Amino acid sequence: MLTVSQQTAPLAKGEPKKIATREAYGQALLELGSERDDIVVLDADLSGSTKTKAFGQAYPDRFFNMGVAEANMIGTAAGLAAMGKTVFASSFAMFAAGKAWEQIRQSVCVPRLNVRICATHAGLTVGEDGKSHQMLEDISLMRVLPYMTVLVPADAVETRKAVRAAADADGPVYVRLSRASTPVIYDESYDFQIGRGSTLREGSDVALIACGVEVAEALGAAEILAAAGIQARVLNLATIDPIDTELIVAAAEQCGAIVTCEEHQIHGGLGEAVAGVVARNHPALVDMVGMDGEFGQSGTATQLLAHYGLDAASIAVRAQNLLKRKG
Amino acid sequence: MTLTSKRRDEIQQVALQARRDIVRMVHAAACGHPGGPLGMADFMATLFVEHLRLSPENLHEPDRDRFILGNGHTCAGYYALLAHKGLIPRDELLNFRKMGAMLQGHPHRNADMGVDFSTGSLGNSLSVGVGMALAAKLNGWDTRVYNTSSDGESQEGQIWEAATSAAHYGVDNLTVLVDFNNIQIDGVMREVMNVRDLREKYEAFGWHAVDVDGHDVDAVDGALCEAKAVKDRPSAIIAHTTIGRGVSYMEGQAKWHGVAPNDEELELALSELVAPA
Repeated sequence: MLTVSQQTAPLAKGEPKKIATREAYGQALLELGSERDDIVVLDADLSGSTKTKAFGQAYPDRFFNMGVAEANMIGTAAGLAAMGKTVFASSFAMFAAGKAWEQIRQSVCVPRLNVRICATHAGLTVGEDGKSHQMLEDISLMRVLPYMTVLVPADAVETRKAVRAAADADGPVYVRLSRASTPVIYDESYDFQIGRGSTLREGSDVALIACGVEVAEALGAAEILAAAGIQARVLNLATIDPIDTELIVAAAEQCGAIVTCEEHQIHGGLGEAVAGVVARNHPALVDMVGMDGEFGQSGTATQLLAHYGLDAASIAVRAQNLLKRKG
Repeated sequence: MTLTSKRRDEIQQVALQARRDIVRMVHAAACGHPGGPLGMADFMATLFVEHLRLSPENLHEPDRDRFILGNGHTCAGYYALLAHKGLIPRDELLNFRKMGAMLQGHPHRNADMGVDFSTGSLGNSLSVGVGMALAAKLNGWDTRVYNTSSDGESQEGQIWEAATSAAHYGVDNLTVLVDFNNIQIDGVMREVMNVRDLREKYEAFGWHAVDVDGHDVDAVDGALCEAKAVKDRPSAIIAHTTIGRGVSYMEGQAKWHGVAPNDEELELALSELVAPA
């Protein structure tokens, strides 16, 4: 009997549309604003880029631009949440998770408040802005925090559902979003649940476990592998914490080899989260595709993913090499 | 509005009792911070007795006032005042800082004790006060939000981010009481890192700001009344105090920022902390 996560999720059909997850976030906020009076949105002078601006125009009384001051934005969000508001606070991932980490720990996680930090422009796919803006450490920084739910949606459909789920969640949530337009993977009928991964493609030779923009790359890698006669299972682990142990253990048992794919440092990110579950429950071969201890540089999103070995072709090669070790 | 002599006596009594509690609590814990809360006791008692709308009766009313101890390490005095208000059993005071105790070494948010926010990391809490003040305004409540801070804490940059945003959004329901004792852990504030004139700084950031003698309960009461009357601006009350006030050997001494009195020192302190004849 397959669990919900092990059944293949409903996927978008036809030529894929491309929409940035930050766009879907802006849309979800507008919906939430019309449905719930308790929703308050904060931004740190990046509302045009993070897409909170539309909420601010529709609900000016419940939108506060906090200027270029991320630590104060997070503290203010905590104060609003302590008074019963459901608060969304946005900036680029570099500044939201990086600059304000201690405020997130002390003022949001310690008192376990309903602050949702929706951080856009995460990862290499920020592109031309280069290493100062390419946040590659936020999954690690956020998943280490007690009570913090960490979501990394893969496409616009999942983002909209994840943001709505975050609004209803109990306690702090971090949502990692992207700048670049990426393919829409899911059909609207997809049922997102916090704590559940989803199966996008069946296979039992190797499992590709990805999150965020790397889900589309993993699906591309599975196509390349299929042409070589290798059936790769593709899993989207949109919730990094709490992690879907059942789905990972099933992949370890049934595939025996796992390649994790993340637009993030492999240290402390998705890969180590998955490896921890595998090591404790059902040891299996694991390789980790991601940034291996270096910062990025300027370039287009596509160029950067290829350069650092995070694109579909690179993932396929890593999977084939891992399978050689599996024997 | 001026204090009646009866109210003045009551505030001074509460401050004295708080000081006696502070030295006992820190002695019982064998660690903690006695100097700061001894210095703050007069302005804290004025706030808690005369102004802060927080009591067992209104504890769970959403629009009551809020209090955030920004300089969280001075919590012995805060807990003593919560006990005075009937929000903490007096017996708990001597379990301060002990394993499993209600009264943590730095305040942790607790709806049943009326501890409105978790603090301890300097610099973080004025921002939280801004958020609470904004929420009260959004809800149309007449809630007032009171923060404490200190001269040492004013070295943290986030204080000035918060000050900027509080003035920008005109949260006139927010008041910060800054304990200015010129002492921080490593010594004399003006030598370690001089924050200079905080009244001028807050004024430059768009606040209503006043200097007061933090041991003059009439002056503190007057400043708190004035803060309530100010419109469209938050208020800062720079309360000039002496660290360790009331215990001769602690007064003005940086050493007593974070050291517990021993048995002998406790007795000496308690012998000094008595009502004037």
